Amino acid sequence: MVQHDHEPRLMKGNEALAESALRAGLEAYFGYPITPQSEILEYFTAEAPNRKCVVLQAESELAAINMVFGAAGAGARVMTSSSSPGISLMQEGLSYMASAQLPCLVVNVNRGGPGLGTIQPAQGDYFQATKGGGHGDYRLIVLAPSSVQEMADFVFDAFRLADEYRNPAMILADGALGQMMEKVTLPTEGSLPHSRQSWATTGKTADRERNIITSLFIQPEKMEQVNLALQKKYARLQQEARFEAFQTGDAEIILVAFGLAARICQKALELARAKGIKAGLLRPITLYPFPSKAFTSLSPDVMSLLTVELNSGQMVEDVRLAVNGKQPVYFAGRMGGMIPTPEDILREIERVVSMQTVPEEGGVR
Amino acid sequence: MNRTLTPAREIEGMELVYERPSTLTDIRMHYCPGCAHGVVHRVLMEVVKEMGIQEQTVGVAPVGCSVFAYNYMDVDMQQAAHGRASAVATGIKRVLPDKFVFSYQGDGDLAAIGTGETIHTVNRGENILIVFINNGIYGMTGGQMAPTTLLGMVTSTTPYGRDSAVMGFPLKITDLVAHLPGAYYVSRQAAHTPTTVRKLKKALRNAMEYQKLKRGTCFVEVVSNCPSGWKMAPNEANQWMEKNMFAMYPLGDLKVPTPS
Repeated sequence: MVQHDHEPRLMKGNEALAESALRAGLEAYFGYPITPQSEILEYFTAEAPNRKCVVLQAESELAAINMVFGAAGAGARVMTSSSSPGISLMQEGLSYMASAQLPCLVVNVNRGGPGLGTIQPAQGDYFQATKGGGHGDYRLIVLAPSSVQEMADFVFDAFRLADEYRNPAMILADGALGQMMEKVTLPTEGSLPHSRQSWATTGKTADRERNIITSLFIQPEKMEQVNLALQKKYARLQQEARFEAFQTGDAEIILVAFGLAARICQKALELARAKGIKAGLLRPITLYPFPSKAFTSLSPDVMSLLTVELNSGQMVEDVRLAVNGKQPVYFAGRMGGMIPTPEDILREIERVVSMQTVPEEGGVR
Repeated sequence: MNRTLTPAREIEGMELVYERPSTLTDIRMHYCPGCAHGVVHRVLMEVVKEMGIQEQTVGVAPVGCSVFAYNYMDVDMQQAAHGRASAVATGIKRVLPDKFVFSYQGDGDLAAIGTGETIHTVNRGENILIVFINNGIYGMTGGQMAPTTLLGMVTSTTPYGRDSAVMGFPLKITDLVAHLPGAYYVSRQAAHTPTTVRKLKKALRNAMEYQKLKRGTCFVEVVSNCPSGWKMAPNEANQWMEKNMFAMYPLGDLKVPTPS
């Protein structure tokens, strides 16, 4: 069980995450500068001399993720962090790591895209994070924090899940969560034990066969077996699905949002309730596995759902699959680093409530 | 016909002069006839055996014909993405600083798609050994132009010969890395005759021994052949290599440690 400090501190999301990783027994960090997450790399380089952790600024995100590959294959607790364009460069390495079944933590402090985009917060990397991202049939374990506290806490969850399932885990944050300062109670150092794994390439000793870390299975019969094993693992992973529900008991309209969007929706929910609208909020915490069961057990009073994201509508597809046509699912969102206000979302709630029997249309853009 | 063979080491009065080192597995190699990979694998594993470091050695094999090196070398190994072997090796060495770490890369891997990783790994002076097999061609994918392909050389993607106006020049990346301060020992060898094999083994032994000092990257190029890719018989390929490849890539040490 993860312990926490008694005294809270005031920290930036990026710094809380980095400090938490060191307390989680991080053995190696490899990264490359990119806004809005460079504080993570800077925090590690400042702390490196006093902590037992390898910290290396790589020549590219490509090199960084492959250094992570090597260190993970050698059995180390290892992570990297980046933001959207840099995460795109890491996709090849993540596919290789998923295939070779190597645990690691990758932090994506999502910014607006596509392309070089903008440095402002966005959630446009939902598809990339949850549907694989690179080539081949694989998934990452994806956690979506919505506070500085969770930026710190989810590091421990991510490492625990990555080790347990031998799979890369991702924390999908955004520029606002990375940059904003909040009160945080940090997890205590040493409360997440880690031991070198029997499969790691630590040098072949006389008592075992050589260990080989590979993603190459050139015979299709073997490659299929590897895929079946991965799919079995992902099926088992579904039990780790997590979500948080706010005022869903009597709700007639359910907001669905993750990360920063969920923070804004909490305020919008208050505004709606003040106006007598029976609104609730479902916040997926794990984006993969997606908490589909939260949607299959909704009360019959729920007339519609409104998914709010900082993108053009990505998670809404998973919401629709989970709801499976039982209720209409609407979408509202902004893109490119623009953030809706709680009042914007309230207007969307009122619009949905006013047309609850009308087939859905697009939301605010 | 059934015959029971007596292992050479058990014959009284006979001196054993040649055997498979225990650091090589007993798996038949998939390499083409005349290809030098088998020889280089063997020599490298002989060094590992003679130094008694099998339990402390971790290798990295990236994309190319030698990606299956882990089938033959009886040490812990990781397979890397195309071009990323030295980054993977960096990750291993940084968390296991007292292990002997090597990467084993071809010319397409090390000098084309992985040029950035190669330069920066050596420039950081990572305490690893990089073995660079240069045969001027992409063997595994069927004989396409490599960065080290000689001018005028015919490959499947330079059917009229490599033309510098279109495809640039052969990249002498070993000369390039020898200039980097992070390089501790840089040598260019071959593996097609008993003499060159002996010299190669000495270079690889030096490189592995130097790794104990933690003073920088050791980089050993092996100018090699590709009879299948070059569409030559093995002996013809070796003669062609001596005449043409050695002229562009002369054998010898490019950087040796200076006494401190």
